[in-house]
Amino acid sequence: MKFSVSKALQAPSVILLLLWMIVPLSMTIYFSFMRYNLLYPERYGFNGLSNYDFFLTDPALFSAVTNSITLVGSIIAISVILGLGIALLLQETFKGRGIVRVLLISPFFIMPTVNALIWKNMFMNPVYGLFAFVSGIFGWPVVDFLSDFPLLSIIIMLSWQWTPFALLIFMTSLQSMDTEQVEAAELEGAGFWSKFRYLTLPHLGRAIGVVVMIQAIFHLSIFAEIFVTTGGGPGYDSTNTTFLIFTQALLQFDVGVASAGGVFAIVVANIIAYFLIKTVAKGMAK
Amino acid sequence: MNISYRNMKKIKHQSRILACWTLAIIFFFPIFWMVLTSFKTELQAISIPPLFIFEPTFENFSIVQERSDYFKYATNSLITSFGATIFALIIAVPSAYSMAFFPGKYTKDILLWMLSTKMLPAVGVLMPIYLLADAAGLLDTKTVLIIIFAMMNLPIIMWLLFSYFKEIPSEILEASRMDGCSTFDELRHIVLPLSWGGVASAGLLSIVLCWNEAFWAINLTAGDAGTLTALIASYSSPEGLFWAKLSAASTLACAPIIVFGWFCQKQLVQGLTFGAVK
Repeated sequence: MKFSVSKALQAPSVILLLLWMIVPLSMTIYFSFMRYNLLYPERYGFNGLSNYDFFLTDPALFSAVTNSITLVGSIIAISVILGLGIALLLQETFKGRGIVRVLLISPFFIMPTVNALIWKNMFMNPVYGLFAFVSGIFGWPVVDFLSDFPLLSIIIMLSWQWTPFALLIFMTSLQSMDTEQVEAAELEGAGFWSKFRYLTLPHLGRAIGVVVMIQAIFHLSIFAEIFVTTGGGPGYDSTNTTFLIFTQALLQFDVGVASAGGVFAIVVANIIAYFLIKTVAKGMAK
Repeated sequence: MNISYRNMKKIKHQSRILACWTLAIIFFFPIFWMVLTSFKTELQAISIPPLFIFEPTFENFSIVQERSDYFKYATNSLITSFGATIFALIIAVPSAYSMAFFPGKYTKDILLWMLSTKMLPAVGVLMPIYLLADAAGLLDTKTVLIIIFAMMNLPIIMWLLFSYFKEIPSEILEASRMDGCSTFDELRHIVLPLSWGGVASAGLLSIVLCWNEAFWAINLTAGDAGTLTALIASYSSPEGLFWAKLSAASTLACAPIIVFGWFCQKQLVQGLTFGAVK
């Protein structure tokens, strides 16, 4: 095939993605230096760095960034560890394994708003929720999860949803493991831990990398779960960077500050992405 | 000695099965509870102790349809998910084909760059997209969601198709070219039939991701083009307790995609990992 034909075939996807990236990105950067509020469109003009100043000196920014990191880190840790454990358990063959598998991966397909509302209402509600009922049986004090432990509540919701994702991928990866090697190791008298450490873990390396990377992409911009449950509160206790930009700027129709916040979010995401892509995606492209 | 060793193994085996079932029930319980609640009356839904056995009512489902026009939102979800997926596939298939079989010097860099566009947080570009959509008169339309969803999923689809196409032995293609196959014929009669599974996984994954997308759906739509995620989000306002109706709406919103997911597990894994985990 001629060079030009292959270029022509690639062009649509490259051009569209380029537009999708460059146009909004440059607009965001441009607006971030402008005074522009949709409610007062007449007060439009160059604003220098004051949008950045406003956003970066926001006292809530520090907790928003820490919350973002806590969310991403703990959800990834919980889902990888739990997912790995369950995947190993499920290597056992037994009747009904297919059903167990289906039940375990189902939460992954629940939409984020539904996930959040199920947990918020039916489990974490301090009066009618199942958690309140269970702690009542044991005589434990009733915990109002969403106002006492807002961040933990969101971590629970998202871990419930994403552990199945990790599990699904680890199960698939385990299927392609060399059974002869494992049998040989068993004959040599290798115990569970040494098999895990020297055979399973190296085999799952790539799968773990993929799980971490994809989850990082998704969890950096957690929005719906916070929007529907805590609304970022109480105070800023469960506000992440995405949600901070949403409340501080978008709800006030302040395009300028929202854009400055957007640039900040993009920079943070790219710092993290740089390291992840370097380690994970390069390996995948081989 | 031998017998007790065997017994030990048996006990171990049994306890593992027990653990598997326990975990499965724990993980599935919230979904089960949601479905169960959707068949309760509002009073039963908040009763303490929680009710497991009761006379089911189908009232909630008809109320949800009447009050919030479930079918309109479901149709919006269907059209935007499938529309965006088909749109993205039409762009991605020829590109991925060309990248896989005629890689240039920069093909890998282009692919990595494509993946990196996924790192652009939606909130960072919401304002411009909102203003552009507004200027084009596309706010609260299915068109704008289809375009955004397609762009969102295009990188994933590209990666996936690329890794699938790469597995087709190039000898087959060389032979076909010797016989005078055109590029289009080659794609249609050789590449696509051989990588049908890959195209399907990419499409399925894209449909699931679009169906469950919440950020853009909540921020860019109102009554007209709202998808099911936006409909459910509108139930979050604390106007009293109506868990049964909420559960009915949620069950209706999730059931199609959960069942869909059960049938397509294998394809989805390929999709979710960009084909990197087999």
